[in-house]
Amino acid sequence: MGKLIVSLSPHVHGRQSVERNMYGVIIALMPAMLATFYFFGLGSVIVTATSVAACCFFEWAICKYILKKKENTLLDGSAVITGLLLAFNLPSNLPIWIILIGALFAIGVAKMSFGGLGHNIFNPALVGRAALLVAFPAQMTTWPKIGQWDTYLDAETGATPLSIINWAIRNGDATILEQLPSSFDLFIGNHSGGAGAMGEICALALLFGLAFMLYEKIITWHIPVSILGTVFVFSGLLHLASPIYPDPLSVLLTGGLMLGAIFMATDYVTSPMTPRGQLIYGVCIGFLTILIRNWGAYPEGMSFAILIMNAFTPLINNYVKPKRFGEVAK
Amino acid sequence: MKIRTFSIGGIHADENKLTHDVATKVAALPKQAIFPLSQHIGAPAKPVVQKGDKVKVGTLIAEAGGFVSAPIFSSVSGTVFKIDTAIDATGYRKPVIIINVEGDEWEESIDRSDKLENVENHPELTPEEIVSRIKDAGVVGMGGACFPTFIKLTPPPTAKAECVIINAVECEPYITADFRLMMEHADEILVGLELLMMAAKVTTGYIGIEINKPAAIELLTKKCAEKFNGSAYTVEVVPLKQRYPQGGEKQLVDAVIHRQVPAPPAIPVNVGAIVQNVGTAFAVYEAVMKHKPLFERYTTVTGKRLENPGNFLVRMGTPMQDLIDACGGMPEGDNKLLAGGPMMGKALTSTEVPICKGTNSVTILSDDEARRKEPEPCIRCAKCVLVCPMGLEPYLLAKLSEVKNWERCEREDIVNCIECGSCQFTCPAYRPLLDNIRLGKSTVMGIIRSRAAKK
Repeated sequence: MGKLIVSLSPHVHGRQSVERNMYGVIIALMPAMLATFYFFGLGSVIVTATSVAACCFFEWAICKYILKKKENTLLDGSAVITGLLLAFNLPSNLPIWIILIGALFAIGVAKMSFGGLGHNIFNPALVGRAALLVAFPAQMTTWPKIGQWDTYLDAETGATPLSIINWAIRNGDATILEQLPSSFDLFIGNHSGGAGAMGEICALALLFGLAFMLYEKIITWHIPVSILGTVFVFSGLLHLASPIYPDPLSVLLTGGLMLGAIFMATDYVTSPMTPRGQLIYGVCIGFLTILIRNWGAYPEGMSFAILIMNAFTPLINNYVKPKRFGEVAK
Repeated sequence: MKIRTFSIGGIHADENKLTHDVATKVAALPKQAIFPLSQHIGAPAKPVVQKGDKVKVGTLIAEAGGFVSAPIFSSVSGTVFKIDTAIDATGYRKPVIIINVEGDEWEESIDRSDKLENVENHPELTPEEIVSRIKDAGVVGMGGACFPTFIKLTPPPTAKAECVIINAVECEPYITADFRLMMEHADEILVGLELLMMAAKVTTGYIGIEINKPAAIELLTKKCAEKFNGSAYTVEVVPLKQRYPQGGEKQLVDAVIHRQVPAPPAIPVNVGAIVQNVGTAFAVYEAVMKHKPLFERYTTVTGKRLENPGNFLVRMGTPMQDLIDACGGMPEGDNKLLAGGPMMGKALTSTEVPICKGTNSVTILSDDEARRKEPEPCIRCAKCVLVCPMGLEPYLLAKLSEVKNWERCEREDIVNCIECGSCQFTCPAYRPLLDNIRLGKSTVMGIIRSRAAKK
C-alpha cells in the first residue's frame, strides 16, 4: 500500500488558474485585434507584433537576469496582454524604437520593478502609454486614417473624432460637431478622418470581448458597466445643458472609452477587490474621463482617469468592505 | 417557483456522487470496535466500564462528561479489552474504549422491529420527555459537527424557536449517505421531524434538499403531504439550488427562510431556526420511539479508484479499513483518506481510525486528484471575495494571518469564517488561503477567550 497523504481541507481545487484567466483575456482581445488589422493594415500588424514581442522579451529577461526567479513568469500570459493592450493604445504609424521604449516602461518600470504580476500599482500598458505621450507628444498624437492597407510610417493622418469634439468645446461652436461620423460608423469603426489608437477603432469587437469575459466569468460586470453608465449619464446631462457637448452615444463610442472600460480598468491587479469598491472605482473613472476630456489639455482622458484611480485602489480596498453575512445595519 | 439558495458567494464543485444509486448495505461486524471518548463537541465522555466487563449492543460505556457532552454506547456485544489511547480523526492519540466483539447480543430494551412507530400511539411523549430521551441516547448532530442535539432543542431564554429546518442538502461532493437514508427511511425521518418540532414547541418545519436529488424531493414531498396535511404541523420540502456550502447551518437558514444569522456568538435559533441534519432526525426517531441509543449510522465509502464504492449502515467503532476492504481494498499508490468529503473532510493518518458519530463519509482521493499545486503570487482577481459565503475578504485575512496582525484580523471579522474552503477551491494562484485563515482564526479566538476570562 502507498502512503497516506495528509493536509488540511479543502482537498480539491476548482481548476481555475492564472493562465486560464490570462489566456481568456487574450482570446477576448482577438476580435478587437482582427478589427484593428482590418482597418489599419500593415502598420498595425508591425506595431502589435513589436509591442507583444518586446513586452515578452522584457518580462523574460528581467525575470531571468535581474530578479533571478527560478520559474520564469513569461508563460502566465500577462506579458502578452500588456503587449497587446499597449499596442492598442498606440497609433499604427509609430516607429519601432518608440514602441520598444514604451514596452520597457510598461514591463520594466510599471510591472517588474514592483515585483512582477500581482504587485504592480498601476496598469503596465497605461504607464507605457502615458510615458510615451509625455516623451513623444507629436508622434503619439498623429493618427492615421483607416483603410491604408500597405502603409506603415508614411500613413496619411487626420483629425480624430475626439479632436473634433475637443475643438467644438474649446470654440463653443456646436456646428463643428457636424463633422463627427455617425454613431453607427463609430460603433463598427468605419469612418474617414484620423481614427485614433489602434485598439479603439471597433466598439463592436470590444463588446464581443466583454461578452466573452463575462460568460467565462473572467471579470464581473461591475467595472465596465459603472464606467459606461457614468459616462453616459454625465455626458448626457452636459449635452442637455449645452449643444457644444456631443450626444452621450458619440461620447461612449469615441476614443479609448470602450477599450479602457472593458480591458484596462478591469485589470485584476490594479482594480479594487470588492464589488462595491469596483462600482466606486468605475464611477470615478467615468467622471474623471469626462472632466479631462472636456476641460483638460488632452482630448482623451480615459487612460489618465484609470491611472489616477489605480492610485486610489489601495484606499478603496481599505475602506470599502463587502457586506458581511448577517451584518446588522448600524 | 424560483428555486431558493443562500444570498452571498458559494461555489459549484464536481459532484462525483458515485454511490447515488447504490442501495445501503449492512456492514459486517468488526472483530474489535474502538470508541473514542471525544466524538462530539464539548467535554469528552467518562468511561463507566472496566477492562473485562461484558457489554451488549446498546450498553452505556461512557457517560456525558459535562453539560455540553454526550454519552457513548457500545455498538457491539463482547468484552471490554482495554481502555487505552488510539489515533483518531485529529491525528493524535486520544483516550478510547476498545471492545472485543463476541456474537451480536442486543440490550432487551431496544425495539428491533421494523414497525413504524407513530407519535399518536405514545401520549407519554411530552417535549421534556423527548428531549431527555434524545439526551440519554447520546444523539449528536450527524452532519459532521457533532453538537449535542438536546442542547439545540433547549434554546437560551433570549431566543425563541419558530421552526425546525432539516438539513438534507448534502452539498459536499461524493457523499450520498443522507440521500440513501432519505430514500430508504423517509417515514422514520418524518416522525423524527415531528418529534423535533414537538420538542422545540413549534409547528413549522422545512426540509431543505438540493435539486440534484430529485428522487428524494419527490418522495419526501409526497410523504409529507400524506403525513402532515390536516395535522397541526406545516411542513414544506424546499428544493434548493445546487451550491456549496449550502449545508452550512447559516447558509441553509438563509436559503430556506431568508434570514441571516448574525456573527458569532449568535446561533440559528436567534433568528428562530433550529437546524438538524436528516441523519439526526432519523437518530431521534430511533432514540425516542425505538429506545435505541446512537451506535450506528449511514456512511458513504467512496472514491473514484475504489472497486465497489457504496453506502453502509455501520456500527460505530468499526475501523475504516474494514469498510475499505468491503469496497475492494485500498487502491494502489498514494492516497488521501478523508473522514468526510473533499471540501471539509479531515485527512487521516491511519486506516484504523474508527467510524464515529459524525463520520458521514470515508472518501479516498488519489494523490493526483488531491495534490496541491505550487502557490503563485496573488493576482488580486477578487474571486475569493466573490465566493466567500460569509462576505469576508479571504485574500486579506490570509495575508493578515501570515504577517500575524491579529488585531486587524479581528477587526476584519476573521472569526466569522466557517472554513468551508470555497476561497482556496477557487483561487487561480493556488494560494493556501484557508490554511492561513485557520491559523489566524484560532489565534484570534484564543485572544478573545483570554480577554473574556480577564474581565
